[in-house]
Amino acid sequence: MIEFRHVSKVFESKEGTIEALKDIQLTVKKGDIFGVIGYSGAGKSTLIRTVNLLEYPTSGDILVNGRKLTELTRRELRLAQKNIGMIFQHFNLLNSKSVFDNVAMPLVLSKKKKKEMEERVYEILRFVGLEEKAHHYPNELSGGQKQRLGIARALVTNPTILLCDEATSALDPQTTTSILNLLKRINEEFNITILLITHEMEVIKEVCNRVAVMEEGRVIEIGSVFDIFAQPKTDTARNFVKSVVRDDIPASVKSLLKQNMKERKILKIDFLGVSSGQPLVSRTAKNFNVDINILFATITELQGNPYGHFIVELVGKENELERAIQFLYAQDVIVQEVMEDGSKYRTYTRSLVGNTLHG
Amino acid sequence: MEVSTELILEALWETLYMVSISLLFGGILGMVLGIILVVTRKGHILENRWIFSLLNPIVNILRSIPFIILLVAIIPFTRLIVGTSIGTTAAIVPLVLHIGPYISRLVENSLLEVDEGIVEAAQSMGATPLQIIGKFLLPEAFPSLVLSITTATIGLIGATAMAGAIGGGGLGDVAISYGYQRFSTITIFVTVVILVVVVQGVQSVGNVLERKIRRA
Ligand SMILES: Nc1ncnc2c1ncn2[C@@H]1O[C@H](COP(=O)(O)OP(=O)(O)OP(=O)(O)O)[C@@H](O)[C@H]1O
Ligand SMILES: [Mg+2]
Repeated sequence: MIEFRHVSKVFESKEGTIEALKDIQLTVKKGDIFGVIGYSGAGKSTLIRTVNLLEYPTSGDILVNGRKLTELTRRELRLAQKNIGMIFQHFNLLNSKSVFDNVAMPLVLSKKKKKEMEERVYEILRFVGLEEKAHHYPNELSGGQKQRLGIARALVTNPTILLCDEATSALDPQTTTSILNLLKRINEEFNITILLITHEMEVIKEVCNRVAVMEEGRVIEIGSVFDIFAQPKTDTARNFVKSVVRDDIPASVKSLLKQNMKERKILKIDFLGVSSGQPLVSRTAKNFNVDINILFATITELQGNPYGHFIVELVGKENELERAIQFLYAQDVIVQEVMEDGSKYRTYTRSLVGNTLHG
Repeated sequence: MEVSTELILEALWETLYMVSISLLFGGILGMVLGIILVVTRKGHILENRWIFSLLNPIVNILRSIPFIILLVAIIPFTRLIVGTSIGTTAAIVPLVLHIGPYISRLVENSLLEVDEGIVEAAQSMGATPLQIIGKFLLPEAFPSLVLSITTATIGLIGATAMAGAIGGGGLGDVAISYGYQRFSTITIFVTVVILVVVVQGVQSVGNVLERKIRRA
C-alpha cells in the first residue's frame, strides 16, 4: 500500500522555484493497478519518484506498506528500496552486461549465493519470455524485449510494489499491449501492487482499476477508471477520455443538421457497462413507429464492457419520436439530442444507471 | 658523434619505463580524482560542495601549468618523494602530477557520458554509492575509459620528451641532445620514426580494445 499525505515538492533553481507537487493526497491500495495520467510537466515523474525516495518530498509523508521511508536509516532505506521495483521509459539497462547479468544485478548487490541467484534469474526470465536471450546483450534486443528485461530486473527481488514511469511510451501500440498484458499478469499472479504513470489514456483504459488525473502538480480528479470514463469532471479528464473515444460531432452529422429537421431528431447515445448499443437501437425501431439510422459510432471496451456512443437519426412523427426518446431515456444510457450546428446538446438524462460495475 | 643502436634502445627503454610507471600512478590518481569530481557534483550520489569546489580548481591549476615549468618548479617536492631530483625516476614525479589531472578530466567526461538513468536504476535497486560507482558507472564507461587512457598515454609520450631537462633520458632527450644540439639529422629522423611508431601502436591497440568491449 502506498499513501501520500499532503506531499509537496519544490524545486529551487536559478530560474526560480517550481512547485512540482502540491499537497498530494492519494492512496494506492494493495493489489491496485493505479494509474496517474497528466500532460507533460504535470509532476507525474516527480510523484512516482517520491515513492522510493529517488526524490525527497519537501513536505508531507509517503507511507509505503505503513512505513515512512524518510524516517529510515540509509541502510534500512536501501532494504526498503529492494522491496519496490521500478521500470523506466528508456529502460535504463546496463549495455555492458548480458541479459542474465542485468537481471542478476539486484541480487549481486544483495550478495546472494550464486546457485540461488542463477535459479531465480532463469525463473524470472522464463516468466517474461526472455529465457533464450539470457546471453545476449541489451543492444541486441527490440524495445519490447528491453522493457521485458527491465521488468525482469525489477521483479527479481520479489518486490511487493512495482513503479512504472512511462513504461510503454517508447513502444509501438502492439508492443505496448503485450507489455501491458505482462503487467496485468504480474499484478494477478504475484499480487504486486502497480503504480504507473502515463500520458496515454489507452494505457489507463487497458490495465488500471483506479486513476488519478494530475495537472500542474495537483491531483485534480481521482476515482475508478470506470467513473472517470463515465463522468469526467474536469476538462483535462474529458480530453483524456476523448483521446480514447472520439466525442465530437462528425462533419457529416453537422451538415445533416443544417437540413430540414422536421420529423427528424439526431441523438447521441452514450452507453457504458451493461448496455450495448445494437440491441437497444433495434428494439427501439421495433417498438415504435420510427426509423433509426446509425450515423456514427465509436465503441471500445472498458474493462471487459462495451463503452462508447452512437449518433443516430430518428425519423418519424413527432409523438412517436417523443415516445421513442422516452423509451431510450429509461434504459441504462445517456441520451442527448444534438442541436443546431452540432455544438449544443439537449440532455435527457445525466444520471447513470450503467454504473453498476464498480458500485 | 653519431648515436649507436644501443643508445637508441636504451632511450626507448627509458621512455617506456617513464610512460608506464607514470601512467600507472597517474592513472590511479586520475581515476580517483575523476570519480570524486563526478560523484560530488551537484545532484550526484555523493554531492559535496566543499570537496568539489576544492578539487576542481586544483585540477585546473595543475592542468594549466606547462609541463616544462612544472618539471622544474617541483624539484624540491620530487627530491622529497624519490630522494633525487635528476634522472629517469625523478622525472616520474612531475609526469604523474602532469598526467593525473589530465586523466581525471578524461575520466570525468567518460563517467558523465553514462546515462543518468543508469544511476537512477541503481538507486532504485538500493545500491550503495560504492556499488553505483563500481558496478554501474565504471563498467558502463569502460569502453570510453579505454579511449581516454589511450589518449593520456600518447600525451604522456609527448611529455617524456621534455624529461631530458632534468636528465630523465628517453627518446626525446636523445633527439634534442644528439640530434638538435649536435646537428645529427639522422638521429632526429630515427627517434621521430620510433616515436611515431609507438604512438600509432598505442592508438591502434586502444581502438581495437575499445571496439572489442563496446556493446552499444
Ligand atoms: N530536478 C529538477 N529540478 C528542477 N525542476 C524539476 C526537476 N525535476 C522536475 N522538475 C520540474 O517539475 C515539473 C514536473 O516535472 P515531472 O518530470 O514530474 O513532469 P512529468 O509529469 O513527469 O512530465 P513528462 O510527461 O514530460 O515526463 C516540471 O516543471 C519540471 O520542469
Ligand atoms: Mg515524466
